[in-house]
Amino acid sequence: MNYVALKMLFGDRAKYLMLLCGLTFSVMLIVQQGSIFWGLMMWSQASISNVNVPIWVTDPGIAQVDEVKPIASTAVDRVRSVDGVEWAVPLYKGLLRARLASGDYHQITLTGLESSTLIGRPAEVLEGRFEDILQPDAVVLDQWAVERMGGPGIVTVGTIFELNDKLARVVAIAKTQKSFTNIPVVYTTYERALRYVPRERRALSYVLAKAKDGLVVDDVIQRIREQTGLGAFTEEDFGVKTIMWVLKNTGIGINFGTTILLGFIVGMAIAGQTFYLFTVENLRQFGALKAMGASGLTLARMILLQAFTVGLTGYGLGIGLATVFGFLTARGGSLPFVETWQLLLLVLIALLTICAVSALISIVKLARLEPAIVFR
Amino acid sequence: MDDHTQPAAVRARGIVKSFGTGDTQVTVLRGIDLDIYLGEMLLLVGESGGGKTTLLSAIAGILDIDAGDIDVLGVPLSRLPPGKRTVFRGQTMGFIYQQFNLLPALTAAENVAIPLLIQKIGRHEAIQRARAMLDRVGLEDRTEFLPKNLSGGQQQRVAIARALVNEPRLLICDEPTAALDGPNGQKVMALLREVGRSPDRCVVVVTHDSRVFQYGDRMARLTDGRIVGIESIVREGTA
Repeated sequence: MNYVALKMLFGDRAKYLMLLCGLTFSVMLIVQQGSIFWGLMMWSQASISNVNVPIWVTDPGIAQVDEVKPIASTAVDRVRSVDGVEWAVPLYKGLLRARLASGDYHQITLTGLESSTLIGRPAEVLEGRFEDILQPDAVVLDQWAVERMGGPGIVTVGTIFELNDKLARVVAIAKTQKSFTNIPVVYTTYERALRYVPRERRALSYVLAKAKDGLVVDDVIQRIREQTGLGAFTEEDFGVKTIMWVLKNTGIGINFGTTILLGFIVGMAIAGQTFYLFTVENLRQFGALKAMGASGLTLARMILLQAFTVGLTGYGLGIGLATVFGFLTARGGSLPFVETWQLLLLVLIALLTICAVSALISIVKLARLEPAIVFR
Repeated sequence: MDDHTQPAAVRARGIVKSFGTGDTQVTVLRGIDLDIYLGEMLLLVGESGGGKTTLLSAIAGILDIDAGDIDVLGVPLSRLPPGKRTVFRGQTMGFIYQQFNLLPALTAAENVAIPLLIQKIGRHEAIQRARAMLDRVGLEDRTEFLPKNLSGGQQQRVAIARALVNEPRLLICDEPTAALDGPNGQKVMALLREVGRSPDRCVVVVTHDSRVFQYGDRMARLTDGRIVGIESIVREGTA
């Protein structure tokens, strides 16, 4: 009877297309908005993912990665002395203004890396050699800095600009993930970063560390907290902490959540109503099938097959359209769009729920159907 | 045909059926006793609202009765649980409706194959048997047509083929000629008559159409929920 169910579904072309459009739109909306939302969340923790180290040691009261609370410079040695720490290096992170030769000012995030290891450097270099950062006055820009500061025609390897009246010479362009604030990143050594910025009593932003191989990272983190009185997090936990801060302190979560919920409700309403209409208009046919010996279970299976067939088709089309949207608009990482398998799984569950509820309404209607309807 | 040598295919005793409750309750069948024999075509006739279709539905086991017993082919149908009744119906009965009730998205052959598909017969074999049945009702050149591309008479013949493809022993027909013009109605009744002549089958037809009375073997007249008379039909040249 599966064949009959599918022929019935595809045969009523207008309703089939309406169902398909409703579900496709619903899936597309949820996936598109969900991907943008997740993309924004990834951007919000870009400062963490770009550094890519296992342990971050911070001020104990820190809320999120971009809200730097400086700690004493002795913290590096204190962390190094904790049992189970393989290495620990300082990281400077702070806002500064860059003055180009043209006289234009641009706000930048200055990132100072420990010079002997360059731990925290970006993985990919687009132009030049990152190691040249050790040369006098050398800095490395990320690709967004080039874009924000005027483009490759104005800023390139060899370009000279000023940071707090001190000379900075671009020696390389590195590739990083765009950040939520979209402020360009300028890399230099930790020592030189301290020379660029105005003098402060506490200049150290973070200590980056790694646990010795074979040890449980969470245990080492706990020891760092206990022995230094500082905050310590895994890269993942610090990222989650930052995401939670963004969700709590901005309207992003509510805005995207509302749109995603709307997509779900619209999909549910269109699918439920159309599917119910489809069943009601075919009541005599279903009654005839029941009279001819089709059991309630057979009819329920037919309805479920119809619902899930159109649902999964809409799922595929919706994801396809959302992906094309993402491909066209978010090429090169200029817009946040991260389509994860977890999101697709969640959307699949949401869609199956929509289909199951729609089918259930029809199944209840059919269960109450007296086959004698065919004689009326 | 009053003196039947064939066993009763349907044996109904004391059938009562009401709809509604309290002041709005309407009793549609008031103690019906009826036997229908193999090898005959019984016509159920009478005024509108007399209970013909309700009785037909009860005999088919698609409507629960309030009192009485209905045995079909020796099985106490009215006492079977709904699930078993459905299976029994699918195996032993065929249905022909006034409105045909063909599935519009399915071809004639696919429509005819439905009872076989319900019985879990493979699609390929079901379609082959459906085509053979359409051949028997004279629609061999319309097997791939959708119902909307068939005339009313052709659609009813498809419905007849669908009702017969499972080789049912009891054929239940509700106003099979109501939606057809005179000549098509005659053709359909002739076809049903042929089925009714088979010694291991019987046909029950609810009809208003006096032009087709001649095709029946007996006629039961229902008025106000009671059978007021059963008469044998004498055809020209057979009296």
